[in-house]
Amino acid sequence: MLGPIDYELWLLTILMEVAGLVCLFKAKAFTRHFTIPLYICSCLAVDIGRYIILSASGYDSGAYFYFYYYSEFLITIALYFVLMGMYSHAFSDMGVSKYLRGGAMLLLGGTACVSYRMVAASADRLITHFVIELSSNLYFVGVVLTYILWGAMMKLRSNRTREMQLVLSLGVYFSALAASYALESMYPGSMLWRYVSHLMTIWLPLSWAYTFLKVPEEARLATSSVVAPNPSR
Amino acid sequence: MIAALIICISVLTLLQFFVSYCHSVIAESRGCELSAQAWEVSGIADRMVRGDEFKRLLQLTALCPESGADRTRVRAVTVYFSLLELARMLVGWIIPAMKRWIESERGGCTYAAAVMLDRRIAYSRSLMAHQAGPPL
Repeated sequence: MLGPIDYELWLLTILMEVAGLVCLFKAKAFTRHFTIPLYICSCLAVDIGRYIILSASGYDSGAYFYFYYYSEFLITIALYFVLMGMYSHAFSDMGVSKYLRGGAMLLLGGTACVSYRMVAASADRLITHFVIELSSNLYFVGVVLTYILWGAMMKLRSNRTREMQLVLSLGVYFSALAASYALESMYPGSMLWRYVSHLMTIWLPLSWAYTFLKVPEEARLATSSVVAPNPSR
Repeated sequence: MIAALIICISVLTLLQFFVSYCHSVIAESRGCELSAQAWEVSGIADRMVRGDEFKRLLQLTALCPESGADRTRVRAVTVYFSLLELARMLVGWIIPAMKRWIESERGGCTYAAAVMLDRRIAYSRSLMAHQAGPPL
């Protein structure tokens, strides 16, 4: 059963997603980061869809359960494309976009295969199990990929503040969700993961909105100043 | 076993990403040099910035008229400082190395607050000069 806090967080999520879109539009970054509005729009559609199904069928209904996990799966794929977009930006000067796209598709296929192998033993509701498993695996793959991207940005001494912040906020999102999914599989009765999921769906559009609103495209920052501890003054 | 491993890795990466994100938000302030006047007004003894002075500097910053441009940054630094306070209470006394790191981060936040104070003083001076008009 959902409580008032859940509904408030839900409303806040939708507001943040709209704010994220507005900030993206104001920053005129729609074309440069086209996967981000794509992701935010799919999140908005999913949030509205979930609300409609919840009102019609209730929280404990099968319809809501299926819609929740299948839509989560689609959102994860959309977020995966956002990450790939960031890889393309980070390596744009090296002209390796074609290989990156190929690698990303291979990884996606590989994750799907591993997830299928993990659920193949269970006979009932195979597709639903598969979708849930694939979502949680993709979150962890997302953590690893974001970490590799961040490492590459540091190695290449990338100094674009906006891209740096977009990648870091994505890393926070993936890490928190991967941890909450793992926590859920360890303690299925725990409600913590639900709130983590809510807070993270607010965090991502909020941090992106901040970045697009406050950090201009031409802003530059040394990666060393982001990673290194404070110099003693 | 695998779930526990995923939790450990995810929590570690979460901390690293979050701290780096906070650094990137307040990095601009951390890289600025404070003016001699700001050192004097902030009353920081021997030019050593300590975390304990953050709240006092924030109060001084709140006394100055705000330009609007730094409001979000002030909030971001305050949120980060509050999280560090929480971390200091929860784990600081268990792991001494962590305590040292937290102290260094708190010092960074205090320095960022001093830079914001410096900017606000400069802004209020320019406002006053603007109101006074050109010299006769």
